[in-house]
Amino acid sequence: MEVAESDTKAAPDVRTKGIGAYISAHLRQYGLLFALIAVMFFFQVVTDGTLLRAVNVTNLLLQNSYIIIMALGMLVVIVSGNIDLSVGSVMGFIGALAAVLIVELDQPVILTILICLVAGGLIGAAQGYWVAYWKIPSFIVTLAGMLVFRGLSLLLLEGQSVGPFPKEFQLIATGFVPDIFPAGLGEWLADLLGARKVNVLALATGIAAAALVVWIGLRQRAQNKAYGIEDEPKSFFIARTTIIAAALIFVMYKLSLFRGLPNVLITMGVLTVIYAFITETTTVGRRIYALGGNQKAAKLSGIKTERLTFLAFANMGVLAAAAGLVFAARLNTATPKAGFALELDVIAAVFIGGASMSGGVGTIIGAVVGAFLMGVLNNGMSIMGIGIDYQQMIKGLVLLAAVIFDVYNKNKQG
Amino acid sequence: MALLSMQNISKTFPGVKALDRVNLDVQKGEIHAVVGENGAGKSTLMKILSGVYAHGDYDGDILFDDKPARFAGISDSEKQGIIIIHQELALVPQLSIAENIFLGNECASNGVIDWRRTNRRTDELLAKVGLVEAPTTKVDNIGVGKQQLVEIAKALSKDVKLLILDEPTAALQENDSRKLLDLMLELKAQGVTCIIISHKLNEVRYVADSVTVIRDGMTVSKLDAKAGLSENEIVRDMVGRDMTHRFPDHKRTPGKMLLEVEDWNVWHPEHAGRQVIRDASFNVRAGEVVGIAGLMGSGRTELAMSIFGRSYGRNISGAVRLNGKPVDVSTVDRAIAAGISYVTEDRKALGLVLDETIRFNTTLANLDGVSSGSVLNRNEETRVAERYRKALAIRTPSVFQKTVNLSGGNQQKVVLAKWLFTAPEVLILDEPTRGIDVGAKYEIYSIINDLAAEGKGVVMISSEMPELLGMCDRIYVMNEGALVGELAVGDASQERIMSLIVNE
Repeated sequence: MEVAESDTKAAPDVRTKGIGAYISAHLRQYGLLFALIAVMFFFQVVTDGTLLRAVNVTNLLLQNSYIIIMALGMLVVIVSGNIDLSVGSVMGFIGALAAVLIVELDQPVILTILICLVAGGLIGAAQGYWVAYWKIPSFIVTLAGMLVFRGLSLLLLEGQSVGPFPKEFQLIATGFVPDIFPAGLGEWLADLLGARKVNVLALATGIAAAALVVWIGLRQRAQNKAYGIEDEPKSFFIARTTIIAAALIFVMYKLSLFRGLPNVLITMGVLTVIYAFITETTTVGRRIYALGGNQKAAKLSGIKTERLTFLAFANMGVLAAAAGLVFAARLNTATPKAGFALELDVIAAVFIGGASMSGGVGTIIGAVVGAFLMGVLNNGMSIMGIGIDYQQMIKGLVLLAAVIFDVYNKNKQG
Repeated sequence: MALLSMQNISKTFPGVKALDRVNLDVQKGEIHAVVGENGAGKSTLMKILSGVYAHGDYDGDILFDDKPARFAGISDSEKQGIIIIHQELALVPQLSIAENIFLGNECASNGVIDWRRTNRRTDELLAKVGLVEAPTTKVDNIGVGKQQLVEIAKALSKDVKLLILDEPTAALQENDSRKLLDLMLELKAQGVTCIIISHKLNEVRYVADSVTVIRDGMTVSKLDAKAGLSENEIVRDMVGRDMTHRFPDHKRTPGKMLLEVEDWNVWHPEHAGRQVIRDASFNVRAGEVVGIAGLMGSGRTELAMSIFGRSYGRNISGAVRLNGKPVDVSTVDRAIAAGISYVTEDRKALGLVLDETIRFNTTLANLDGVSSGSVLNRNEETRVAERYRKALAIRTPSVFQKTVNLSGGNQQKVVLAKWLFTAPEVLILDEPTRGIDVGAKYEIYSIINDLAAEGKGVVMISSEMPELLGMCDRIYVMNEGALVGELAVGDASQERIMSLIVNE
């Protein structure tokens, strides 16, 4: 379609477009959110409320934490037009490295964590070097990396499981942030809400996060209006913001009824916010989208495409290492099988979240929601007692459906 | 007698009426040209004719060979003998000429290909189109001009009644274009009816028997070309106004020396022994527009890209001076920082991130200009994009439109906006008006004049000699990697430029 309007027709006209047109143009974003809500609602009903019980909500977050941490890095790699198949193996290898350092060599926890993160960065950099500067397809390089680091974990652990870890290391994954508010306040709230106990910190964090979401949304909306940017209809804005804010408060409330804020949730939340910020509002983020969207044009615009690709992989390595630490701490042991085939879950989450195989498209929030969608599916089906056979099939079909939905949308608009 | 009659064809896309009661009548045995600006609806019309848009997707009637034609797909129209050759060739580069010609239509029995018959028939077809190549040659190894001939041979293998050529010479050099046009005349003599879609009006005049002009989705006029047509007549109907001046008026007074390139040598990036640019030296003054003329493949783009951050070639040597001082142009960002911009000839592949918005593309080469401490100020970005949208008259509902949805002329303006935002002193424009329509060309010329008036130096690479003669102050002539001549515009003519190329 070629645009042939006269330029006197400026932006304000666009906003008068109907709600229907707006939905169809932004179907993808809403679709994902609604899919997550629908899936949660479905499992909540069929599991007789087990899904959203406080202990299960906590578990859901803990179980998916390492997927989400890696999905952040994978989104960057995929947006840059590459893929990383080695993350599952790297994650397992770092877990093994941590186990050897702490359990067998008696190194302090903090030092081990540092060594592991640096090692992850070096692994990512080593792979990124071949992809970026030698132009070897990332599929090949990271497929090789997947085999190499799977083998290295076996070697390092001599085929055995190594554990257990000291308490302080386990806290990475299984610890909770202590409630800083006076106990009296929690008891008073528990009485008020008719609950056994309430972790005030978790609840307060939820309310603060919800307020932040509303504030950012309103500010963005005011700016859009000032610049005549195509804006979502008011009813939609209110509905969407309310759902997200309510969901945040709800999840945090559930957490507050159990043991409060898991440490790993803080790590995950902070990382998500940082990466969303980097990808959306920094020059580095913008350049990565340009690199994935059209590498040659990006290069001719003065963007150092090789360095960016290299950094995307180095970053992925660090995040895979972080995920490896969380995973090992959660299992309290390092096994040679840790992280096996996990790269596929991570990649699936990113694609379900709307990223494009050819690069240049995708968002951090999408990837995180995609990971949660997969997580809820896993969790819900496990509660229902569905076998691993059907679970795999259903997850595969969900991935396929999400991508078909994307392609269909794109064709319709094109 | 009419072979084809398309009557009152209308086609609506969501929100846009692409065609509005268009009529097209093509006589048997003639060459009929369809001309119009980009976005006028030519391609849509051809897609309807070839069945890409199936019957029922549009309003109106098509009569082919006096029978109503209702195509459900391309295979339907091909069965009737209507064959379209698209601007982007649809050949498989890894396969041979013979394999390509009979792709999907193999000379086979029970699925086993009869290679002897395939090659013999290929030889016959190649002889018809005047291509001297072995049927087993891989398509990858022959030039674009010859590939075009293979496409035509492929069409002839299918018993073609109506051959449609969409911008067939867009990627061809002058002499290849000529050969192709002569082939069309020969096919006409053999009774093949042709429709040619082209921007190049001199070619239309050369081959066409009649011309249908389409503007804004409507048939504007049908002109008889046998009696002879002037380009001005066609242009007037295309743009809806008289274009006696194809180039905007300008008065220039070149100032101080801005860019000097000396003894520039470049070798081919893959074939180590091949020198692509030889001892090229040229200069541009402030407020001057300097042209580089030459045939395609003469090394003009390679010269420009090797200067711009060594984006082409290896073992590059030579000096680049800006305002009399040597500058480092060894990487693209350094060249940009030094004040040099290069506007590519291939805006889709090298100029734009097509899936992104006008705003995204406008600021891409100077993100530091819209950020503080690496954090983008998106409101400032919008302001910048809006400023260039107005200044360059980019026709779009908003700067949040994806560039893929823009017409060629507007895309080119976005690329220009991107480079203007880097505040360059020297702009190298590589084929700045390729594939854009007459009206948009005029606007691009005006922008170039404005840039020169602001004191910027402009280097303009172009294959269209009238454009160079109409826009430049000086013209360098390039041939086989060397600058073989320099002419002041007053002394230059198409003949003199050509003779410099030929005499080398």
